[in-house]
Amino acid sequence: MTDRAEAIAVENLHKRFGPLEVLKGVSLTAREGDVIAIIGGSGSGKSTFLRCINMLELPSAGSVTIHGEEIAMKKDGHGGLVPADRKQVQRIRSRLGMVFQNFNLWQHMTILQNVIEAPVHVLGIAKAEAIERAETILRRVGLFEKRDAYPAFLSGGQQQRAAIARALAVQPHVMLFDEPTSALDPELVGEVLTVIGDLAKEKRTMILVTHEMKFARNVANHIVFLANGVIEEQGPPEEIFGAPKSERLKKFISSIH
Amino acid sequence: MAADPATLINWGLLALEPPGWGGVLLGGLLNSIKIALGGYALGLLLGTGGAFGKLYGGPVLKDLLEVYTTLVRAIPELVLILLLYYAGTDLLNQLTAAMGYGPVDISGLAAGIFVIGVVQGAYSTEVLRGAIKAVPAGQIEAARAYGMAPTQIMRRITLPAMLPHAIPGLSNLWLIATKDTALLAVVGFSELTLVTRQAAGSTKAYLLFFCAAGALYLALTLVSNIVIRIIETRARRGMVAPA
Repeated sequence: MTDRAEAIAVENLHKRFGPLEVLKGVSLTAREGDVIAIIGGSGSGKSTFLRCINMLELPSAGSVTIHGEEIAMKKDGHGGLVPADRKQVQRIRSRLGMVFQNFNLWQHMTILQNVIEAPVHVLGIAKAEAIERAETILRRVGLFEKRDAYPAFLSGGQQQRAAIARALAVQPHVMLFDEPTSALDPELVGEVLTVIGDLAKEKRTMILVTHEMKFARNVANHIVFLANGVIEEQGPPEEIFGAPKSERLKKFISSIH
Repeated sequence: MAADPATLINWGLLALEPPGWGGVLLGGLLNSIKIALGGYALGLLLGTGGAFGKLYGGPVLKDLLEVYTTLVRAIPELVLILLLYYAGTDLLNQLTAAMGYGPVDISGLAAGIFVIGVVQGAYSTEVLRGAIKAVPAGQIEAARAYGMAPTQIMRRITLPAMLPHAIPGLSNLWLIATKDTALLAVVGFSELTLVTRQAAGSTKAYLLFFCAAGALYLALTLVSNIVIRIIETRARRGMVAPA
């Protein structure tokens, strides 16, 4: 992973919630085509880290660079940072496809309307074209027949596949997955992992926070183990799962098997 | 002395053409509807601004809005109407006099809409604030994550998403608005209640005219209910649980 362009570069990221420091200087680079899985126990800061990439959480210190463009930050006067240019953040966000743990589909819109919302109203794509593309994507995630249904009438697995379709519709530079299967009934996890696995095979750049270790091992080319707000260990999946070095990682891996 | 209903109730008094008072009554109803619609719309506008201000505004704006909603909801509407109508027009006239213009003639309709709107605005601020808070945070977060601007989030996500939570409260407010128009009789505006009193007073057919007015108010409510049901069905289209 050397020659490919940098898709995301996070430098020395810190995040404090009051007196609690959740991230204590995390740096991570994702190049085009990388599939990076972030693993770690609950409270390790992995979701917070992911949410700092698109500024859903504002980092207390550090920098985030997407496609060579650093997100400009300024001091907020309370020891934290805020984006210096809201328009820049909105523009960068519009090409990061985020998939949430709880799907977060817009309940008052049909599946198709959910998928075309950002392309039409944020990216300014003509509606007819957006619909055409959305239908191709929905076919691909197996939801074409459900395009006119409202999210609440679908199963969790279907909703999460729709949320992935919504992310794909913005032709994302990078896809961010925040524990995409944690809120699903066990029998629905497989259908969502299959869709994500297919995307990984296409060499789409993605960062996923997950508890599914087998899945992480199969689809990711790089694993990051986060513990107590720092990267405890990182490397290719064979090393991380096959020959863990740090005591914490050994313990974590044995605890989940 | 056998009371023949046909002579006890002189239905002819309800005829649309004079000497019947039917046309006058309908004119009063129309005025009531105009004020209710205008006041309700103004109230919704104030309420939407007030709700967003209370939730996302700065500390000064929040305090000012708190004073507004508390005062308006604490004072009897009749008092408010008298206060806003007389004090309001007086203030306006003093203002125009100070600026060198003559006294302005404020139409009863405009004053009525203003008064009802200010009252409704305080109540809808609270209804809408509660409804906005009922929108799951994830819906807003997803909108932010896809690069929507704050005004766009409000227009495309927050407002339509809070609507199903707001409709029961807002329909109550509409029905209250239709009946609050009757309070404007005290300032001499020719809405349904005032013209009914005039009709009843000059014909002495009190029972007939007040029952007729009641029937007209009832009809307005029944029609409103049909419209509300249509709006509610549409707003709840994405929700699983029945209303």
